[in-house]
Amino acid sequence: MEFQLNINGEQRTLEAEPGTPLLWVIRDTLELTGTKFGCGVAACGACTVHLNGTPVRACSTPIENAQEGELVTIEGLDDPVATAVQEAWREKDVVQCGYCQSGQIMSAVGLLRQTPAPTEAQIDSYMAGNVCRCATYVRVKDAIKLAAQKLEG
Amino acid sequence: MTIDLSRRDFLKVSAGSAAALVVGLSPAGSLAAGPEGSVLNPFVHIDAEGVVTVILKHFEMGQGTSTGLTTLVAEELDADWATIKTAFAPSDNAKYKNLAFGVQGTGGSTAIANAYTQYRQAGAAARDLLVRAAAQTWQVDPATIQVDNGVLRAGSHSGHFGEFIDQAAQLTPSPEPALKPAEQFRLIGKLNLPRKDSRDKTDGSARFAMDVKLPGMLYAVILRSPRFGGILKDFDAGDAAAVAGFVTAKALPNGAGVAVYGKNTWAALKARQAIRADWDFAQAEQRSSAEMLAAHRSAADSPQYQARPETTDTVAPRVAVASRRIEAEFSFPFLAHAPMEPLVCVIEPTDNGVQIHDGCQFPAIAHGAVATVLQLSPEQVEINTLYAGGSFGRRATPTADYQVEAAQAFALLGGKIPLKLLWSREDDIQGGYYRPMALHRAAIGLDDQGQIVGWDHRVVAKSILKGTPFESAAVHEGLDHSVVEGLADTLYRLPNLAVGVSDFHTPVPVLWWRSVGHTHTGFVMESLLDMVAHETGRDPVELRLSLLDRGDKTQARLAGVIEAARDLAGWKPGQKRGFAVHYSFSTFVAVVADVSADGDQVHVDKLHMAVDCGVAVNPDVIRAQMEGGAGFGLGAILRNEITFQEGEVVQNNFPQYLPLRMPDMPEVAVHIVPSTLAPTGVGEPGVPPTGPAVANAIFAVTGRRVTELPLTKAGLRFV
Ligand code: FES
Ligand code: FES
Repeated sequence: MEFQLNINGEQRTLEAEPGTPLLWVIRDTLELTGTKFGCGVAACGACTVHLNGTPVRACSTPIENAQEGELVTIEGLDDPVATAVQEAWREKDVVQCGYCQSGQIMSAVGLLRQTPAPTEAQIDSYMAGNVCRCATYVRVKDAIKLAAQKLEG
Repeated sequence: MTIDLSRRDFLKVSAGSAAALVVGLSPAGSLAAGPEGSVLNPFVHIDAEGVVTVILKHFEMGQGTSTGLTTLVAEELDADWATIKTAFAPSDNAKYKNLAFGVQGTGGSTAIANAYTQYRQAGAAARDLLVRAAAQTWQVDPATIQVDNGVLRAGSHSGHFGEFIDQAAQLTPSPEPALKPAEQFRLIGKLNLPRKDSRDKTDGSARFAMDVKLPGMLYAVILRSPRFGGILKDFDAGDAAAVAGFVTAKALPNGAGVAVYGKNTWAALKARQAIRADWDFAQAEQRSSAEMLAAHRSAADSPQYQARPETTDTVAPRVAVASRRIEAEFSFPFLAHAPMEPLVCVIEPTDNGVQIHDGCQFPAIAHGAVATVLQLSPEQVEINTLYAGGSFGRRATPTADYQVEAAQAFALLGGKIPLKLLWSREDDIQGGYYRPMALHRAAIGLDDQGQIVGWDHRVVAKSILKGTPFESAAVHEGLDHSVVEGLADTLYRLPNLAVGVSDFHTPVPVLWWRSVGHTHTGFVMESLLDMVAHETGRDPVELRLSLLDRGDKTQARLAGVIEAARDLAGWKPGQKRGFAVHYSFSTFVAVVADVSADGDQVHVDKLHMAVDCGVAVNPDVIRAQMEGGAGFGLGAILRNEITFQEGEVVQNNFPQYLPLRMPDMPEVAVHIVPSTLAPTGVGEPGVPPTGPAVANAIFAVTGRRVTELPLTKAGLRFV
């Protein structure tokens, strides 16, 4: 079946089976591989993308649900919040294996758009859906705080 | 940016550009240099633009080795850190062997330790050649030339590295290029040197094997036996035909399962669900976890092997008559590694054989295993190493399990179609190669003064190394040393310590898991010492120091980290905190844990860690590995266990195998003990002492001694 997606500012037409999780369309068909597969059951956050500006888990979002909105993946991030987050990530050298980090960054951007100056508890609860098996959590948190500072200043 | 180039691509890219200078080792193992293609195993590649690329013989799973090896070259070469690049080496044992193993592979926290001198020498040799070439060109004394950030200068002359590569390639490298004395280091030991893999891992461009897509590529997943050791009898793929994108399904030649092929990942996954298979369970594991535990217990009654000169038979009677005894039994569950990137291997036909695309941890094994399955000679197999999305040991199996599956599935289709073999998270959690279940039983005898007079210690676990190519190196007279590492060779001076060992047998495949045997031996030793301290009314830190002889250099370093952690945390006797220390992979780590509790609700608030790993090549990477190692160890002891119900694994994905999440993560403070000794590894040593430090803190705060893992078994809840 033919689907239309607005992704990273482009209109794309593609073939997919109804019900296909957005994740596999993004990765296998559109080859935007910055969005990762970690669990497939909305339990790790590696597949986080933005749908109309809000983080969603692409592995558990059927393609149908994304037709009406604007999708952004890590490759398409381009706004002051995203820039601050990515810069903060580099300054804090957050990454280890890196596999979870696209999802962490997508969630962090979602958090700071909604809550520009999050408390420790707000960071904990918002980011709890993003697993990092390398346990980079200390630095993820530090980087979010640094990004918030950058945006404020 | 980091670039990943297979040898084929590397030569191709370089041939199209201007000449390059390469520096590495000759076939005889001495330093060699020349133009592109002339040095058999280049470590350093410098192009006409002066861009330096360091060729990494170790893979990058997040442990920071790409930054570490690059630091060693850049330091001696005086290269520009901002522009220096990295590329993974091709698979080749002879050229890129781990000097600690004798073959190519990464593990055991050996990367920086084995490469420390080798990579510095390669950088120093390259620098020396460039300096001599510039001296010839400028007609100046080489001693007057200064090198800084990739630029050579003498008087009014200056030029970047690329301007001298042609002449440098004609010169013979000095066999022993002078290495910088430590006082002149600009990069080694520098705080906050940015990681080389930070940018591409924060913009989505970093390439993992999971991200490889080749023209015409199919996707495959394997339907495996629900019980380990089951053999495929028959299968019916009739219902899969209705799944759009399903291609075919074929039985693996060894009866291990059914390969299910699809045009995309989703099709393969869905088709697999529609396939019904029949298994022969005659040789399969059918027990439940409680029965397995009972089997461990009975095996502890009569140890098969003795790991120390003192034996169970001589020590047990002494402990029995001691004036006081401490007795305890500890049990540890099977654990999955659950690296964030599920296992995946892409294989494609080449003119000459095949190329595999893999976050390859042990090329030495994968290479040969794939060649054997495909009946190719080793030269016909190339490995393109990509970033690995974590490993924790899982990507280095002695059987090359997932690469072999990929080769089998590729061959079943005729060996002409590029194929991506991937594991789902369910496959990963249920697929075995676990940290073995383990049981420890200890009886410690104390005299009237509270001094230890005898220690009868027994361990039961399935051997990781028996039946593998590593058996001859690591198993002696039946004893697998990885079961007792960190215990039988403890640095504490413990009189009359006997360590008896028995094997547990099961078809469940087991594997090293970040820090291997230390994952349980460290927990038990450090918990037992805490029990001794409590029983005898001594301060846990003071007790440990009293068991060490500072006349011995290794024991003195252990005492050093104990004191460093004590001071970092401001530890005072009588405080309700936990302490543990462990020596593994030649590195010393001590931890003070602070926890808070409200009834059964516990939170780990802060870890204070001191590490002595010799020269700190990249202090920030060391800190990151301590944080990550602590988090990895903590996640496992809090909630993780793989359990069996009539031979089938109960957990199947993160909703049941609960990973550590941000709210669980404590603050971590790290102190690196200054040292001029040779660097040792940091990937694993942060794991072993974290668990017991937390368990000891829980005892201090709640009065509950946890001996059965995970901690949730004691009814504790973590918030
Ligand atoms: S892959 Fe979507 S949440 Fe894990
Ligand atoms: S950096 Fe490896 S899983 Fe997060």
